[in-house]
Amino acid sequence: MTQATYNGVLNLAAGAFLLAAVLIVWRHELRATVRLLAWQGLALAAIPLTEGVYHHDAALITVGAVVLLLRSVALPLLLTRAVGTEDHERRESTPLVNTTTSLIITAGLTVLAYAVTRPIIALDPSPATRAVPAAFAVILIAVFVMVSRRRALSQAVGFMMLDNGIAATAFLITAGVPLIVELGASLDVLFAVLVLGLLTGHMRRTFGDTDLAQLNELRG
Amino acid sequence: MSILLLVPILAPLLAAALAAALGWRRLSASVTVLAALLVLTSGAVLGLRVQSGARLGVGNLLRADALSVTMLIIIGTVGTMATWASIGYIDAELTGGHTDRRGANLYGVLVPIFLAAMALAVLANNVGVMWVAIEATTVATAFLVGHHRSRAALEATWKYVVICSVGIGLAFLGTVLLYFASLHAGASSGNALNIDVLLAHASRLDPAVTRLGAGLLLLGYGTKAGLVPFHTWLADAHSQSPAPVSALMSGVLLSVAFAALLRIKSVVDLALGTGFLRTGLLIVGLLTLATAASLLVVQTDFKRMLAYSSMENMGFVAVAAAAGTNLAIAALLLHVLAHGIAKTLVFLSAGQLQAAHDSTEISDVTGVLARSPLIGIAFAVGLAVLLGLPPFAMFASELSISRALSGAHLQWALGAALLLVVVAFAALARNGARMLLGPPEASSPVIAVPGSVAAALVTGVILSVAVGLTLGPLGQLFHTAATQLGGSQ
Repeated sequence: MTQATYNGVLNLAAGAFLLAAVLIVWRHELRATVRLLAWQGLALAAIPLTEGVYHHDAALITVGAVVLLLRSVALPLLLTRAVGTEDHERRESTPLVNTTTSLIITAGLTVLAYAVTRPIIALDPSPATRAVPAAFAVILIAVFVMVSRRRALSQAVGFMMLDNGIAATAFLITAGVPLIVELGASLDVLFAVLVLGLLTGHMRRTFGDTDLAQLNELRG
Repeated sequence: MSILLLVPILAPLLAAALAAALGWRRLSASVTVLAALLVLTSGAVLGLRVQSGARLGVGNLLRADALSVTMLIIIGTVGTMATWASIGYIDAELTGGHTDRRGANLYGVLVPIFLAAMALAVLANNVGVMWVAIEATTVATAFLVGHHRSRAALEATWKYVVICSVGIGLAFLGTVLLYFASLHAGASSGNALNIDVLLAHASRLDPAVTRLGAGLLLLGYGTKAGLVPFHTWLADAHSQSPAPVSALMSGVLLSVAFAALLRIKSVVDLALGTGFLRTGLLIVGLLTLATAASLLVVQTDFKRMLAYSSMENMGFVAVAAAAGTNLAIAALLLHVLAHGIAKTLVFLSAGQLQAAHDSTEISDVTGVLARSPLIGIAFAVGLAVLLGLPPFAMFASELSISRALSGAHLQWALGAALLLVVVAFAALARNGARMLLGPPEASSPVIAVPGSVAAALVTGVILSVAVGLTLGPLGQLFHTAATQLGGSQ
């Protein structure tokens, strides 16, 4: 792989990664957002795979394959199963912030991500590090999705997006964390999403709905 | 060395495996108590070996130093009491129909896994592994918080998992940035996250990246330690959990997360000087104290009252850590030990009160001392410790922390903290007196105390008094921990 192809593929992956996040903000159909999340997982996996091929690093390619399986297949499948079958369950309820405002906020967060990541790029101005603002933007957008959505599943999607953003940052700036940490972290995320999926099911059985506005008993 | 380091992690895991195989039985529950005792014992044995410095083992992944030994002793002590009380607590729930066989089995498996994750968190030499262990405590406790399957329990579980996962996610981002800075400071990729390597390279860490990482780590681990701004899960989770789990979460999980912050602080202080995290800890510590004190004043639910008291104490501990001197850190460790034992006492007695009254309203409970001397005395002793009354240990620790704060020229912070502690004191004392004193009403239900809960409570009362009277070798251990964490004189 030449330097130019490497740069191109890396930038394409980072761009697609950020685009998926913006589309998740735009769409309110739960199945559609989970599908977008799978695409985002694919873009994420492309980062370690590209770096692995470019640097001839077999371990990194293996990690990329695991990431692909976990974040683009396994976790989205888990979430799809948690989407309700009833009509009103399949869409985000009236969002707290309307779509236009959401997209403007998303743009603002992306600019903020560029400002926050300046010290990181200053320390190591390599092509991979230059893409790190996209990963940070996804992290900020994910937090925004989590606070502005009302369906339990949307929060789970936001959480996974947050995690994708953190994983992308790790791959871009350090070519991934040490293997034992990577394995442990992936396992934790898998379990956390599993727990969220199960809780969504419990919630549907107990409340007959997964609108988080129902969670209003505990205060003070 | 390696074997000794693995015992506190493997013993609870084996107990979990046994519980998974047998289900909720007297045998598996007793083995869990034994595993918690083993955590305590291995902490004590390791304590004899770490005076001269940190010992590493298992390919440098694990580390025993005075801080991890202190934390193991706290986990072991509270763990033993809580798992012992669990036997009677869960049996009573099964007889009363408050939980079913499946719920009890799950409880039996998850509690020891929770203990193992906490032991790994304090023994980890790699800050990445430490992160994995602390996130694992969230996953392990999720269904423990939701044990009662009610609407409120489900709501508490959801908030707990979502808020803690986001918070701890930020800590992971901070860890990644620390790794990045460590690699650029010349560490090799395999061990760049090891605490000994980070300490050795600390002076060459890039300040701007380290600042960003340290800020995220403070927010992230602060979430699990119940500090502002991501503290909103705490009162819900602690009040909805079964009593022994509340004791574990409030008594040790918070301080385990705070111990992670102390580890990070020892590295960051070397890289950036003490100013950066001192400012951060003062801000979150004082805001946490203020939030907890104001919510304590208006509290009408006794389990939530105890939860906010934990927040108040963690806020105070954060302010103590900001002072950062040897005296402050040693006192802080005494504070979390005494707090752990006292919170176990009050949460376990609160569990029996809740079971008797089928309510957690303060106004529903009165005359406890006259109705059940054991529960009354245990609750009263626990509260007395939490209020910082002499001769109990938190009197000494609060005094030392105050001295340390004025020694570090933080009189203004000391003034603000003490004011808020007094507000919290008044609220706790007033509500405690209302529940404990007074003549029992004729209609008051009988407070049942299962044998194992009684045993745990008696142990807790004896320990509270003992730690108040003399620390023995623990005093030396706390000072060693402070020195090893790089506290200044």
